[in-house]
Amino acid sequence: MKQAIEATGAIALNLKSTLFYIVAGARHGQPVRLHSVMNQIIQSGLLAVPIVMLLCGIVGVMLAIQGMQTLAIFGAEQFINIGLAVSIPKEFSPLIVGIVVAGRSGSQITSRIGSMRLNGELDGLTVMGIAPHRFVDAPTLLGLMISVPLLVVVGNFSALLLSGLYASLYLGVSFKAFMMSLIDLIQVSDYMIGISKGFVFAILIGGIALGLGRAVEGGADDLGRKTTASVVACIAIIIAVDAFYSILEQV
Amino acid sequence: MSLLEVTELRGGYGQNVVIDRCSMTISPGEVVVIMGGSGSGKSTFLKHLIGLKPPMSGLVSLSGEDLYSGTMVDRYRRLQQIGVAFQMGALVSSLSIFDNVALPLRETTNLPEDVIEVMVRLKLEFVELLDKQHLLPSELSGGMLKRSAVARALARDPKLVFMDEPSAGLDPVVASALDDLILKIREALGISVVVVTHELESAFKIASRIVVLDRGFIIFDGSVDQIRGSDNPRIQALINRTAEPMAFDPQEHYKRIMGTTEG
Repeated sequence: MKQAIEATGAIALNLKSTLFYIVAGARHGQPVRLHSVMNQIIQSGLLAVPIVMLLCGIVGVMLAIQGMQTLAIFGAEQFINIGLAVSIPKEFSPLIVGIVVAGRSGSQITSRIGSMRLNGELDGLTVMGIAPHRFVDAPTLLGLMISVPLLVVVGNFSALLLSGLYASLYLGVSFKAFMMSLIDLIQVSDYMIGISKGFVFAILIGGIALGLGRAVEGGADDLGRKTTASVVACIAIIIAVDAFYSILEQV
Repeated sequence: MSLLEVTELRGGYGQNVVIDRCSMTISPGEVVVIMGGSGSGKSTFLKHLIGLKPPMSGLVSLSGEDLYSGTMVDRYRRLQQIGVAFQMGALVSSLSIFDNVALPLRETTNLPEDVIEVMVRLKLEFVELLDKQHLLPSELSGGMLKRSAVARALARDPKLVFMDEPSAGLDPVVASALDDLILKIREALGISVVVVTHELESAFKIASRIVVLDRGFIIFDGSVDQIRGSDNPRIQALINRTAEPMAFDPQEHYKRIMGTTEG
């Protein structure tokens, strides 16, 4: 328990320093470089597009199948578009994207920072007068904060498209007409909640992955442990925060 | 004014004091070798000198400024005056040798890229690695890695460079070439160098002054001739490579082997 509290404190302090360099680094001669941010956007955003599209598409189809089976009990399958329009952009797309990014980028970030720490690269940066928080952590976090919400948009597109395709085929209606009704039913507020979840998940994934990477000590064994802990903690917190969003909505 | 002034430094890890009451100065143009056996506190001392570890008490001044006063941002600014070559290089593994040497210039100065390129080539030529500039650190030998680290330490033309165990793990020929490089840095560039090592031969070859650390205390600070003439038994043991005889207590020995605290 004590260890968990200490780790949470260290993660929070690390996140605070990282946010400081994002906001005020340039004023103190420690600017966050755009090319490093772009590199992170490519790594955690662009390269994740295929898997996000695939998984969100599959989940969209599964939702359509399950939803229509349930609605069939009442003979109301044609109302599946209402369920899809609410649950995909607000709930499932951000959740799937969060889990994919936690698995892909969370582990990659923790192992990268951990290796840099073990190899003395972070100390090397410090003695050159280059703040590691600005050179390594800040572009990583900023890249995630930009790429994860964009991935939610990509996930929405794929999930809505494939679920719409399946539902229109199942119901025997025109795909175009079904998609038009689906898009009409999407509330801007639901869509924006989904995007905001992506933004919050990005900060949580970045904060945890960077913080645990910095906590690596000893050798390869601890690096492996922290990398695993990073993915588990990221996924757990994403689900918990997602649940918190739902509870907040009920209040 | 001295480039580096250490006053009554006490440092260590947590509550464990590793070095205590350490004072020394580094003047312009000096090559100072910090020596000591394993566990003498050399590495800890170096960490305090290069801004990686705030001391428990005492002062580390770089060009008259307290290295550890103010915020981390202030410390980063002060650290931009020095260069450090680590034992294992500590180069950024994802960058080429050229980009590693260019890193401090790109990140801490506003120099245009074409000027940076010329400066980096000059430094790589100085350490005779210009033809290896496109390689990654993992593609270099131990000696090349150390020379790359030296090139990066020299990138911003600092007045003071620290080197941690530059000859460790190298064959005698490469180690001697690195010693020559250190002397060249002082003579050609007028840079002061602080070398932490336990290699006697190397220390005697390059040092204008030797500081000996023993069990966390500075027990000697003087020239090569003075250390050779020292009658301190600890220093004699160090330079003659003789182990200090330890009193043998059979009961203590038994307890250690059995891992018990009671007999």
